[in-house]
Amino acid sequence: MAAIEILGLEKTYMVGFWRKRPKRALHPLHLTVEQGEIFGFLGPNGAGKTTTLKLLMGLVFPTSGSARILGRDWTDPDIKAQIGFLPEQPYFYDYLTAHELLDYYGQLSGVPAKQRKQRIEEVLQRVGLTDVKGVQLRKFSKGMLQRAGIAQAILHDPKVVFFDEPMSGLDPMGRREVRDLMEQLKQEGKTVFFSTHILSDAEALCDRVAIIYKGELKGVGAVEDLTSTVQGRVDVVWQGTQVPASMKALGAECHVSGDTVRAVISEAQQDAVIDALRRERLRLISITPVRTSLEEYFVEKLRRAETSAGGAA
Amino acid sequence: MNARIAYIASNTFREAVRDRVLYNLIAFALLLSGAAIFVGQISIEIEKLVVINLGLTAVSLFGVVIAIFIGIGLVSKEIERRTLYTVLSRPVRRWEFIIGKFFGLAGTLVVNTFFMAIGVFGALLYVAHKFTRPDALILVALYFIVLQFLIICALALLFSSFSSPLLSAVFAFSLFVIGSFAEDLRGFAGMAHGLTRWLATGAAYLVPNFSAFNVISSIAHEQPVAGQLILHNTVYALFYAAMALSGAVLIFEHRNLK
Repeated sequence: MAAIEILGLEKTYMVGFWRKRPKRALHPLHLTVEQGEIFGFLGPNGAGKTTTLKLLMGLVFPTSGSARILGRDWTDPDIKAQIGFLPEQPYFYDYLTAHELLDYYGQLSGVPAKQRKQRIEEVLQRVGLTDVKGVQLRKFSKGMLQRAGIAQAILHDPKVVFFDEPMSGLDPMGRREVRDLMEQLKQEGKTVFFSTHILSDAEALCDRVAIIYKGELKGVGAVEDLTSTVQGRVDVVWQGTQVPASMKALGAECHVSGDTVRAVISEAQQDAVIDALRRERLRLISITPVRTSLEEYFVEKLRRAETSAGGAA
Repeated sequence: MNARIAYIASNTFREAVRDRVLYNLIAFALLLSGAAIFVGQISIEIEKLVVINLGLTAVSLFGVVIAIFIGIGLVSKEIERRTLYTVLSRPVRRWEFIIGKFFGLAGTLVVNTFFMAIGVFGALLYVAHKFTRPDALILVALYFIVLQFLIICALALLFSSFSSPLLSAVFAFSLFVIGSFAEDLRGFAGMAHGLTRWLATGAAYLVPNFSAFNVISSIAHEQPVAGQLILHNTVYALFYAAMALSGAVLIFEHRNLK
């Protein structure tokens, strides 16, 4: 059973004064997320990430399509006891303290009174919000609010967690902690679905990612698959402080850094470069194929989308 | 009441308390004690009448202002601040949210009215030095005021479920004013002819009939209130509030939270 199955969810808003002009926020989206995965939902601002999450949370209603979460219809309110959700830039009841807020959410999620107190302390500790007893949320910084948001999303020990831009508002240390937390959740068998436009986070964390652009899905796959495109080039590193003339003759662009030299060459030149290094009696350190980074893949996808949209226009 | 409704109601009450809504009681106490001392000095024999009239009218107006100003923001503020997202992403039905909010606000007003009632009786004791049997009728007037609050809370919630706070306030206040003159509107409908008669009759029965709830003056004159009126007002208020709440639920159930 998949954790999340999105079956053609689509959203079109009617805009304008008379609400007669359709504006498509999300084209029919088909996506499956397996249990225990960390799934990254990537896209630039305004791509449709938040709309998708709002549809899944039942905050907006789809124009068509449906979804299943843990095998059950996504509109079934009871399935929400198994779901945790962190909205983008969360804002909470600022007259409450973090403990009161979590107690309230625990009540709404059906966490028994006996367990609530203990769970609240656990999750606050987990997100690094200690020493906040008695402090109202209106006195929290943006980063602290984000941590409180993550705490409320995992408070009731949900099986599937949806995070909308979880790193937003966090300092580098905080981002690292959230990344660790997401990895811990995965180790606990939870499914994590998170949206982000910070690609390094996605590359470091995700088993699979989907790329969405202007409401349309542009690609889905395992991070390794998406980044394994060898561009027919190899990265050669050897020991040395100077670039030999034979290398220059091959036309390779070389960079000297300390006592190593790095060159990116075409695969066809690989043997010639190795021979040249042997002749010069230089020690080869490594030779690795050049892989596309997730960022390059992402930019390329968006560039193609832009081109095809421009062509169609 | 289901547990989630109780939790939402209790949080709504807590919000009102923390937002210092009950501070209005201080203004009320100052107004009433000042009035009691003042009328005690200037009026002869009618101190009681003035204190009851002034006290109950103040209870009603303070409550109406609170009901409208909190009620209009109950849903729209939660949408605007996005606090609703983390509530509705839990096993909470939308109708439970609306009903919970209603009970939270109604509870706030009942507590507020309770403390103001103590103030009214205190002022009465100050000017009359003792309670008499007809003073118990003040409880009936207070009961009617609370019933009135239930209708206003439900109406404010109804407007809040689809409109901005400003427009909701305008709608709710307008209905309160028109409703206070509902009997006159019905009288006008009776005298009108043709289409005007139909329109006026429709409007007269559509707006809440708050004039039926206003027994302050007759109670101040120690006139009894018919049991039938108590029953009628109770049924009417509960029915009207239930209808307004159903409307709020119906709208909110289909609303996209952008």
